[in-house]
This record gives sequence, C-alpha cells and structure tokens, in this order.
Amino acid sequence: MRILYFAWVRERVGRADEDIDPPRSVTTVLELMDWLAGRGEEYAHAFAGRGTIRAAIDHAHVKADAKIAGAREIAFFPPMTGG
Amino acid sequence: MPSVAMTTTTIRLQVEDFDAAGEAAAITRGRTDIGAVVTFAGICRDHEGGACVRAMTLEHYAGMAEAEIASHVEEAVRRWPLVGVTVIHRHGRLVPGDNIVLVVTAAVHRGDAFAAAEFLMDYLKTRAPFWKREETPAGSSWVSAKKTDDVAAARWTRGGRDAAE
Repeated sequence: MRILYFAWVRERVGRADEDIDPPRSVTTVLELMDWLAGRGEEYAHAFAGRGTIRAAIDHAHVKADAKIAGAREIAFFPPMTGG
Repeated sequence: MPSVAMTTTTIRLQVEDFDAAGEAAAITRGRTDIGAVVTFAGICRDHEGGACVRAMTLEHYAGMAEAEIASHVEEAVRRWPLVGVTVIHRHGRLVPGDNIVLVVTAAVHRGDAFAAAEFLMDYLKTRAPFWKREETPAGSSWVSAKKTDDVAAARWTRGGRDAAE
C-alpha cells in the first residue's frame, strides 16, 4: 500500500511517500503507526506523538481504530491548518 | 423560481491569486433571482501571536483536498438553499497581504448566504488537508491547529445546526 506523509510528519520521516508491505498482524491505523514507528529513528521521532497525528484512507478522514484492509493509499499528517 | 436544483458550484485549488469581486460577479451575472452574496477572503497577515510573519507556505494533499472541499460544498448545498458557491484555496508560498482562501455564497436571502459561508470556512479550517508553515525572524515552523477553530466547527454538528438554520 502507498503511504503519504505531510507537513512535520513528512519532514521527520524524511520522505513524502513510500510503498510498504506491513505484516498481516497490522490491521488498524493505530497498529500501522506503531509498526511504522519501529522502522527507524526518524519514524520513531515522527510517530512519537501519534495521539496528535491524523490519518486518511483513500482521501477520507479516519480514526485511529479504522481498519486498513483494502486501503490503497493511507496518509498521515498533523491537525490541519488551512483556511 | 427554481434555485436549489440549480446551484452553481466552483472549486479551485491554485497557486495563482484570485479576484474576489470577479468571482462574486461571475455567480450573479445574468441572474435576477439572487438577493444576497457573501464574499469571504482569508488574507495572509504579518503577525501571529505577537510574532512577525514574513511569509507562509501552504502545503496540501492533492486529490484529498479537492474531495474534502467538494463534500463540504455539497453539505452546504444540502443544508441551505444556495444559488451558487465558489471556494478557491491557494497553496505555495504567500507573503503578508496575499489572498489565501475565498468563499463566495449566493442565495435568495442573506441568512442562508452568511450561514453557509461561515460553515464552509469553519470546515476548511479544521477538515481540509492544508498545512501552513510560517516564516518569522526566528526561523520557520508549522502552525499549530487552534482549539478555537475546532470549537467553531463543532457548532455545526449538533445543536448548532438547528440554531444556524
């Protein structure tokens, strides 16, 4: 699945997007963040405050307990500050 | 006269500037059934929380931003009898005095136009995937989301909705 990062999440991870293949035990957005956080120092730093990080699956906002099965694109970003 | 079924909606995300008066005129041109047009423009200001702001850069999630704005424009059209809605959001680097966002709502009566414009702005602030990075003399940093914006958006979800209607 394709993962996108925005704003400070992107800066901390050090990339804007990547393709990943998480293990089958990872079923929710929160579990995906836990798994990503274990991929290295920069990921651990980016996802340290995962309580504040928001997520979207295929362009729709989702909560941390959302299932990721079937997702094509999952994005992680800070609370939005547009307008 | 028909109006609800003929709502004209325009949504654009762009780097270029926009002409607020021109966009409002485009909605009313050739029509005589519109009694109210509300035009809101959000502008980049030169200070935030006491600090001087030299510029800001707006990052956005292309694809989702369009979809998210479109869904809220649809929601506004469902809630209020609007004749026209235009939302334009810029991205890229902006300096103080530059336009950031435009919301134009047109209706037969002003109450609907005002309410829909506020609803759209409250939702753009909290749900549209845009992020501001500000440049100040001390360096640049990501703008934190404001609790007051969440409170403003929340009023449209429960009791606030009835009050607004």
